[in-house]
Amino acid sequence: MTQGTIRGIIANLIIAEAKGHVAQNEICYIVAGEEQLMAEVIKIQGKNIFIQCFESTRGLRVGMPVNFTGRMLEVEVGPGMLSRIYDGLQNDLETMDSLFLQRGQYTPALDDNSRWDFRPLATVGQSVRAGDWLGEVTENGMAIKIMAPFDLEGEYQLKSLAEAGTYGIRDTVATLANGKDHQLEVNMVQRWPVKVALKAYSEKIRPYKMLETGVRTIDCLNPIVEGGTGFIPGPFGSGKTVLQHAISKQAEADIIIFAACGERANEVVEIFYEFPELEDPRTGGKLMDRTIIIANTSNMPVAAREASVYTAMTLAEYYRTMGLRVLLLADSTSRWAQALREMSNRLEELPGPDAFPMDLTAVIANFYARAGYVYLNNGETGSITFLGTVSPAGGNLKEPVTEATKKSARCFYSLSQRRADQKRYPSIDPVSSYSKYLEYPEMQEYLAEKISPTWVEQVIQAKDILLRGKELNDQISILGDDGVPIEYHDIYWKSEVIDFIILQQDAFDKIDALTKLDRLEYMLKRVLDIYRMRFEYQNFEEVGTFFKRVINLLRQMNYAEFQSEQFQAYEKELESMLNERRIA
Amino acid sequence: MQQALKPIYSQIKRITKATCSLHASTASNEEMALVHGRLAQVVKIIGEEVTLQVFSGTEGIPTNAEVIFMGHAPTLKVGEELAGRFFNAYGKPIDGGPEVEGELRETGGPSINPTKRLQPNEVIPTGIAGIDLNNTLVTGQKIPFFADPDQPFNQVMADVALRADADRIILGGIGLAHDDYLFFKKIFENAGALDRIVSFINTTEDPSIERLLVPDMALAAAEYFAVDKNEKVLVLLTDLTLYCDALSIVSNNMDQISSKDNMPASLYSDLARIYEKAAQFPAGGSITIIAVTTLSGGDITHAIPDNTGYITEGQLFLRRDTEISKTIVDPFRSLSRLKQLVIGKKTREDHPQVMNAAVRLYADAANAKTKMQNGFDLTEYDQRCMDFAKEYANYLLAIDVNVPINQMLDTTWKLFGRYFSQDEVAIKRELVNKYWKEKSPAVS
Repeated sequence: MTQGTIRGIIANLIIAEAKGHVAQNEICYIVAGEEQLMAEVIKIQGKNIFIQCFESTRGLRVGMPVNFTGRMLEVEVGPGMLSRIYDGLQNDLETMDSLFLQRGQYTPALDDNSRWDFRPLATVGQSVRAGDWLGEVTENGMAIKIMAPFDLEGEYQLKSLAEAGTYGIRDTVATLANGKDHQLEVNMVQRWPVKVALKAYSEKIRPYKMLETGVRTIDCLNPIVEGGTGFIPGPFGSGKTVLQHAISKQAEADIIIFAACGERANEVVEIFYEFPELEDPRTGGKLMDRTIIIANTSNMPVAAREASVYTAMTLAEYYRTMGLRVLLLADSTSRWAQALREMSNRLEELPGPDAFPMDLTAVIANFYARAGYVYLNNGETGSITFLGTVSPAGGNLKEPVTEATKKSARCFYSLSQRRADQKRYPSIDPVSSYSKYLEYPEMQEYLAEKISPTWVEQVIQAKDILLRGKELNDQISILGDDGVPIEYHDIYWKSEVIDFIILQQDAFDKIDALTKLDRLEYMLKRVLDIYRMRFEYQNFEEVGTFFKRVINLLRQMNYAEFQSEQFQAYEKELESMLNERRIA
Repeated sequence: MQQALKPIYSQIKRITKATCSLHASTASNEEMALVHGRLAQVVKIIGEEVTLQVFSGTEGIPTNAEVIFMGHAPTLKVGEELAGRFFNAYGKPIDGGPEVEGELRETGGPSINPTKRLQPNEVIPTGIAGIDLNNTLVTGQKIPFFADPDQPFNQVMADVALRADADRIILGGIGLAHDDYLFFKKIFENAGALDRIVSFINTTEDPSIERLLVPDMALAAAEYFAVDKNEKVLVLLTDLTLYCDALSIVSNNMDQISSKDNMPASLYSDLARIYEKAAQFPAGGSITIIAVTTLSGGDITHAIPDNTGYITEGQLFLRRDTEISKTIVDPFRSLSRLKQLVIGKKTREDHPQVMNAAVRLYADAANAKTKMQNGFDLTEYDQRCMDFAKEYANYLLAIDVNVPINQMLDTTWKLFGRYFSQDEVAIKRELVNKYWKEKSPAVS
């Protein structure tokens, strides 16, 4: 392999000279005494090779050797990754001994000594393409497929396949051959470069299946779909993280991959603590059993931050190829963009807006495009649903990362500082947020069947009422409470009912935190019924007082188990309260 | 450490206000050096040319100045003897006492493996209801005061530190006014707490680039006490805005392209490196960081508070309440992200709902006030909200409050009962049944 030496150091940017050929994005190791520090080639200019080091560069000197590996940054995939906690380069953080992260310490992603009960799925003699299922093993109650190599070109023939039995992770379980006597041995492990999309599927289709999140304001107003993309921009303190955690805990997905990209370590710790405790209603196990965490916290080296989102996406693609529904969450993609900016700055590239690199929009678009709903070669389906958060500088949604992401993601969940200040959580703004999927005819059909034929109509009506309520509230603040007709107060307060009962949700209350679709349908119908009712008031003050009582009762309903005795008692109380003022 | 054989150079090629460059073949990245007797650190190496940032400024440095490379990154001698002492940004005593003997440690060391952290779970009671009730602090948390320079943040911070029941308090004074330095010294002495306190002080009289060293020094000392001694350590850093200003000076002198508000593109990472030292360690020790970020005209969209807000676990705002002529902890803009880990769990069950209901009613009062200022008539409910808000501010939000948390909750229930109906308070009925207090005339 090519050798080189260090010629310059600027923070985590290393300039090296190489004796031989090197490739863009090639991985190399800097030899600093006993330590070997991983780094990636990011620019080549004449004899100068620019390298970003994934570790602290303290103590490095000019003249230190650099060994190039001839490979790009890769992940190793196979059975045994579920419930692990990796860093951005897929090192297993839990198998590191020391309290502090030691520079140059790398731990294997998979356990080489692990053995798995293999069950064949293919037949000897059949033809095989990249990603085809050859067999499966069971990990944490989940069937993990053993697939034909992802880099297989064209069609191969399955020459041999292991019988059902226990095999080591690196034991050969199949052999493949193509006509030209090229023979390949296949085991349970594969490697794949993280910056290359893994496309071992037959086609990607328009997604149409709603992905339930249990978060009312999303499921009701702006639903996301299996294989869809969405992003959540919001100023700090607006509840991004709480919302993402809620979605990850509740969403109807097989695998959850959580990329903590340049965020607070204590938030990652929260996941370490909570997920192993959370019951998984679908498997009877714990939520952690089907979760992988990629933790690159904000104090970890910045170059690995960029790698972390790609590592997470590649793992997601691996599971999608075996026909699973993957939910990928990245918090926050802004930190990744900032990592790109830091490096672009050190490379002295001409800066784009706010000093971000010029190709930021393209980089983000390429990344979001890797999500999606696919048909595999065998006709099965798999999906990656991707939700990223964005941390807009100064809470300004006109900044480059938000704008670039808006061009790629199909759902936009805008968190509003105003709502957060009013403690209206989740603070997703009902008016400026959108889901493009709601416009898809495929999706509308799906919703009509899954929930009710009039569901989409009701959702649109609720949106209109919210918008109308906002407009009337503006009028009331300009003209004064008694400067407008009482009807204005009536409609405004009816929109508040929708806000308090459907949009607002207590993520820390055991019952309210998760709303199933049947309950959501029931409650939406309930509040829309109230909207259609006509009430009698003597003056505007009565309107607010009346609806505060209505809201309080509906809230008690939200806190009660659906259709429980208590729930029905509150509803009865609500009925009689409504009847007090109702005009037939 | 070897004293001899340190390479000496005397050919400086380039000098800016904060840096100088020379040809040297042996320098390593981030190594310390002496330039003309002044401490400096390697920040860039290109081939033979090494660039050093000179902490005390380059005034008077000649091109033939002697440059000695010291062979190590910044260090601090740590040991029990640090307690009760005052040091400068280099870790040298400024209180007239002797040099500290102890183990030499590099500052700005590696980060803790996130999987080794424990989840923070212990309340830090401060007696201030604006903090304990609405923005409860937890050990291992990092939280700044976002304050305008005229606000009494140093006083509040000193109160918090002394009441917080920490084993050790580390004060990092970054561009501290000399008067404030004396204030801290005096208040710690008067409290008889000096033996629990270690201070690293850079005042406004000291060179600004030296400020870059203070957080790392303070945190190296904190890690010694929290990791080696398993102590509960509270680190006070005031004021990190001045630290960021020093960063921008160096980056500017190195011709780097600045990003938003003339701050270096790496600002987020630089601040995260400091704040993320806060942790709950598995063996029982902890580092909690309370910092100050001064704002310019309350603008939190500026790059410094903005990046800080994304790193820290909340922020505290102070505000002058003219209705009661007191400074209060602003319940709208303040936030403690870790409070969810303890409220209602380590504190009384009604804490979360009482806190939210009171803040919501206080918000209604703010709306009523706006209405009044715009010349509209107030409803009877508006009037009650405003009366409630005044007492809530006076008995709970004001920074001169010093009571236990249960008493804060009881006081809030009394105010609820006095001004509102149960429907208006809208708290879970089980809790209302248990804690509701009918109209009680006297409050505290």
